[in-house]
Amino acid sequence: MKSSFWVKVSAILWKDVLTEFRTRDTFTSVLVFSILVIVIFNFTFVPGSQMFETVAPGVLWVTFTFAGVLSLNRSFARDKEKGCLDGLVLCPADRVALYLGKMLSCLAFMLVVEAIVLPVFAVLFDLPLYLPKLAVIAVVATIGFAAVGTVFSALVVHTRARELLLPLLFFPIIIPVIIAAVKASELALSAASWSEMTSWLTIIAAFDVIFTVAAALVFDYVLEE
Amino acid sequence: MTAGDSLASDQVVQIKGLNKSFSGNLALRGVDLTVSRGEFLTVFGPNGAGTTTLLRILATITRPSAGRIWVSGLEAGKDSTEIRRRVGYVPHQTLLYDDLTAYENLRFYGRMYDVPDLESRLQALAERMGLTSQLHRLVRTLSRGIQQRFSIVRALLHDPSILLLDEPETGLDQQASAMMVEMLDAGAKTVIMTSHRLENSLELADRAVILASGRITYDAPKSSLDKATFAGVYARYSEMK
Amino acid sequence: MQGRLIDYSLIGVCFTLMIAAISLISVYVPTEEQMGVVQRIFYFHVPLAWVAFLAFFVVFIMSLLYIWKGDEKWDFRAYASAEIGVVFTTMVLITGPIWAKSAWGTWWTWDMRLTTTLVLWFIYVAYLMVRSFASDEERGARFAAVVGIIGFIDVPVVALAIVLSRTQHPSPIVFEGGLASSMLLTLLVSVAAFTVFYVLLLRLRASTRQMTSEIMKLRQELEI
Repeated sequence: MKSSFWVKVSAILWKDVLTEFRTRDTFTSVLVFSILVIVIFNFTFVPGSQMFETVAPGVLWVTFTFAGVLSLNRSFARDKEKGCLDGLVLCPADRVALYLGKMLSCLAFMLVVEAIVLPVFAVLFDLPLYLPKLAVIAVVATIGFAAVGTVFSALVVHTRARELLLPLLFFPIIIPVIIAAVKASELALSAASWSEMTSWLTIIAAFDVIFTVAAALVFDYVLEE
Repeated sequence: MTAGDSLASDQVVQIKGLNKSFSGNLALRGVDLTVSRGEFLTVFGPNGAGTTTLLRILATITRPSAGRIWVSGLEAGKDSTEIRRRVGYVPHQTLLYDDLTAYENLRFYGRMYDVPDLESRLQALAERMGLTSQLHRLVRTLSRGIQQRFSIVRALLHDPSILLLDEPETGLDQQASAMMVEMLDAGAKTVIMTSHRLENSLELADRAVILASGRITYDAPKSSLDKATFAGVYARYSEMK
Repeated sequence: MQGRLIDYSLIGVCFTLMIAAISLISVYVPTEEQMGVVQRIFYFHVPLAWVAFLAFFVVFIMSLLYIWKGDEKWDFRAYASAEIGVVFTTMVLITGPIWAKSAWGTWWTWDMRLTTTLVLWFIYVAYLMVRSFASDEERGARFAAVVGIIGFIDVPVVALAIVLSRTQHPSPIVFEGGLASSMLLTLLVSVAAFTVFYVLLLRLRASTRQMTSEIMKLRQELEI
């Protein structure tokens, strides 16, 4: 693809990263929120019981999903201020470039949060700190979150009660990702081999591909007034 | 019918039967309008007359409900990306990110518009608007007037041939307005400006149009226009709404 | 005029088929031995589920057409189909547990069909909400089309993920050794009746929307 396409994608990514780096308001709140969710889950189980191992993957993915929807809510909110969203629509850029730029910035944001939450989770649930399999699952699944979430995030900024509407749209669609990610994480935590996880990772990867393409194609229709 | 058939080569903007409704309320009803190359057109209209909607549709931010639009012979909805390259838009809002510096904002938009020689173009424009010293400050720390000037630099960055100005007099101080007019003259661009006040705005225009309740109710070149009569007509349409 | 004729004949066909289906279900078809009389809800449950899936497929096609062509008549059909689909899915989710309790001894299992149906219900309830929450109707229609497209693509992926995750549970058996011919006949008539009913509802609902929109436009043009 043309270099100007990627210049635009990286311009959007750079702009979002720089703004977030300067203010850190979304980052701090999402991070604290995620750790809070894990802590609250801790209270709902009997400490030290065998349940922990079976429940841990679920706790992790509920946390990631909540954190994801919270950060998606913020993704376009900043563009909405001062009409910057109009500024984006005005640009003579392929809508796929706009989509990819925003999608990558959502992805980067969620991954950074997850990279901090994961060790905290491991400590609180008494798991080994080095979890490469879990990290891979998290990356693949978060791509799926960002692929779908970016479109819905752009959509809800033009609706009433957007903070309420986003999870209602987002959660049902990403159910397959959550199912597969939880199953794969169960295997990862029980020290299963990579090959046992392949079918789950394949489902998530297929989801990523299908929804990145579909979302990029319909993105124009949520942007223009 | 293609654009070429009906479009004289110097007609930069052509609008036919434009309608726009928001939840069943018509903001624009059957607007027909042509603008020639190099013309300075002022669209007068009271608040709610549909002037902002008209500019947003020309800027390809808003989709028309019905009707067709050509900008430089390109049809909106088909060649929107090419239209976007040719149009500069200065709305009420600044379109600048608060948490970036003015320079970072302009660099961002410059890259989005594929501006060649971005750095020198950016510096030159900022200098002409008297903004060089403010370039590296965060936008949120700048005054409203300075932000508005940067917004104009943003709109001119890609050297558009058509400039859309939405009530610029509301945000700009005298000095900035003067600078902008000077820059517009130098560029020999086509300008479509909206305004709800007659003072100052009429002097700039080559042609004046009144938009009331989503319809064009008056259209005359300035040469045939008597200011007092026009003021009377405008007052009547303003009340009509 | 022609549309009227089609509507009236549809009403006739639908009425006849419904009467036939109800008599077959309550009189003709024999009571299933193990499950007893409750099993007869099956002849409503399955056609309802079929119509619900059909309706959401129609939403998908109409949403694509709306986005592609931009003509609001496609949107009216998508909207109508989504409403019918949500109503029918709701009925599926109510009739299902009633039957399941007697057939499997449990109100609900997280098997593929049940879970997918529930997820579908959530997606299309969100579809309807997007419309009413959007800042403007035209925009709401476009947003809904996006949800209609993405939502439908999601269905097979959801089903696949659930099938793979539930392999340890044997999938519930509806009937061992297939359906008796009398049961199959009853089911087919009932499916036909509900399908015609769906087409009729879709036509009426979409044309009502069309007329409302035309009245709104005329009213707008008459003002001032």
